[in-house]
Amino acid sequence: MTWSPANRRYNFRVVILSLFYAAFLLGAVYGFKHHLVTGPLAWVAAILPALPIIGIFAAIGLYLVEEQDEYLRMLMVRQTLWASGFALSIATIWGFLESFELVGHVESYYVAVLWFGGLGLGACANKLTIGRGS
Amino acid sequence: MNNRLKVLRAERNWSQGDLADKLEVSRQSVNAIETGRYDPSLPLAFKIAELFELAIEDVFVSPSKEA
Repeated sequence: MTWSPANRRYNFRVVILSLFYAAFLLGAVYGFKHHLVTGPLAWVAAILPALPIIGIFAAIGLYLVEEQDEYLRMLMVRQTLWASGFALSIATIWGFLESFELVGHVESYYVAVLWFGGLGLGACANKLTIGRGS
Repeated sequence: MNNRLKVLRAERNWSQGDLADKLEVSRQSVNAIETGRYDPSLPLAFKIAELFELAIEDVFVSPSKEA
């Protein structure tokens, strides 16, 4: 399969943001583990790893704006719908289970993990229904 | 939506990649349209028809007229 220019830019942005995520997360974990961050700095250190994740959401939006190929754009839209439906459904179910004390607490940032997993599900759904190349 | 894209392309000895380049879309798009898995937007349908110097209805089969 071939990559569109918008797709290449999207991949590049995701790689860069992933590197920032890894660096920020490692820095925050190290900082908190060794009690190096307190007060306002603790807030900054805690929020920093979230920013590249938000950046990836923005990169997906930017991809949808920049993608000139309507078919490829539609595939990504379908993937994000799958991702949103999947992540929100699991989060909702888990929320009720947690409320009734049937399961333990899970940090809310795992919704983003579910959402990215949902993108993978969406890609599979695309492949099974309308395909991608051949 | 059924269409005559494959036949029209074959008549000109164009590969899917050739057609994709002329339409400025991906080969995946041409494949999806050709196999009826994706219905192009009206602007893209016009672009395809104009490339083959045909009317849209000579390229794409109206769903209401399909058997």
